[in-house]
Amino acid sequence: MLELKNVRYTYPGTDQPILKNLNFEVADKRIGLIGANGSGKTTLFHLLIGLLNPDEGELLLHGQPVTTKETLRALRKEVGFLFQSSDDQLFSPTVIEDVAFGPLNLGFPPEEAREIAVKTLHNLGLTGFEERITHRLSGGEKKLVALATILSMQPKILLLDEPTNNLDPKTRSRLIDILKGLDQHQIIISHDWDFLSHTTTILYEIAHGHIHRCEEDHVHVHRHVHKAGDHPHHHQHSS
Amino acid sequence: MMDEHFASGNSQLHRRNPKVKIIVAIAFITVVAVTNNFTVATVALIAAVLLISFAHLAPGSVAKRLLAVNSFIVFLWLTLPLTYGGEQTIRFGSIALSQEGIHIATLITLKANAIILALIALLGTSTIAHLGHALDSLGLSKRLCFLLLFSYRYIFVIHNEYKKLSRALKIRCFVPATNIHTYRTYGYLFGMTLVRSWNRASRVHQAMLLRGFNGQLIPLDTKTINRNDYFFLATSLLLTFVLAILPLF
Repeated sequence: MLELKNVRYTYPGTDQPILKNLNFEVADKRIGLIGANGSGKTTLFHLLIGLLNPDEGELLLHGQPVTTKETLRALRKEVGFLFQSSDDQLFSPTVIEDVAFGPLNLGFPPEEAREIAVKTLHNLGLTGFEERITHRLSGGEKKLVALATILSMQPKILLLDEPTNNLDPKTRSRLIDILKGLDQHQIIISHDWDFLSHTTTILYEIAHGHIHRCEEDHVHVHRHVHKAGDHPHHHQHSS
Repeated sequence: MMDEHFASGNSQLHRRNPKVKIIVAIAFITVVAVTNNFTVATVALIAAVLLISFAHLAPGSVAKRLLAVNSFIVFLWLTLPLTYGGEQTIRFGSIALSQEGIHIATLITLKANAIILALIALLGTSTIAHLGHALDSLGLSKRLCFLLLFSYRYIFVIHNEYKKLSRALKIRCFVPATNIHTYRTYGYLFGMTLVRSWNRASRVHQAMLLRGFNGQLIPLDTKTINRNDYFFLATSLLLTFVLAILPLF
């Protein structure tokens, strides 16, 4: 449904392209995206959602090139992007206003937009957050509210940029449960292997400007030491 | 810093449409600000006190705000009676106090307090978001409304960026002094805060674009103007008018 074809992108002021001859299609439901810092993972997201225009190649939505303002609008309605920093994403004074911002822009009348926002918050277990002040939420709450602001637009694809950064274990596992329960296609950038193993089925790696699919499951047993007792995890069966 | 606790109430004034309150505030402030009449200033202060009593605000918090304003007025009291001159003077040994100076200082005190109380009662009882939308629908330039709403949201974030940077200075034992090193460091600090704020602004703009923003900020709860609002508007404007023509009688 969403595809980048032969894409090359160079940041202004640099001479080496960060991504080249890149072909990527959102075909699978749960895709993990890994790669070193600065390898171009976030750049790929920006290209997928039309925030950056490729030097070469094109962006296709349902086989149609995304070039005009209208197609870009259609694209952004179908694709939701969760930023690394929630502070960049939440700009309204109250939670309800922020979650209703997307639906209002899509043309829903205020009462319906409010209804959609309340329902979205409820689905994420955030009932009662409506009138909270966005900048006073905790880091974990901000992340979940930011997710709500995107889900309220009912996208078909979610781009999640390092969603578990700075989350405590409880919020992290809550996020895993939420993402598992969502029907949307998901592409997740993360350095958190354990998180990716829970939420994705296929891994891609970006390195040296190219993207390639990683190998499938490889089950093996290994010994390891817990220097802090039961942390980071607890073993049910000791062997 | 970003508390809006005056705005969270349910008094008659809180329930009035912000548009109506802005119009009343502008009319009242204009009349009070330009008057030289003692009676007008006194009546205005009484009216403002009545208005604030309708808003059911915590007296302590209101007093705190007034104290902040009146701390500036203290300087007027320290200077005006001594320096204003004029004919009628009161003498205390070698110190001469100008009666006209005292008169002016009193007038300014009355006017300033009347305006601040009216502003707290009228504008303090709406959230910044509602005021922004109200100004927009009153025909103020869209850009200025955005500026108001976004300054409000991001002052806090920019302040945090600034605090983060100055903490980074502190942990490296930076002690400000009167030297080039200090000036340069402060230059970097403010420059860096500016750069970071700019970067954040472009990321926020991206976030808005991704959610379908096209230059139109649509308010979630459209506040309609009801009969009580019209009644409040008419009465307030009439009383303000009476206040304005009071010196003619």
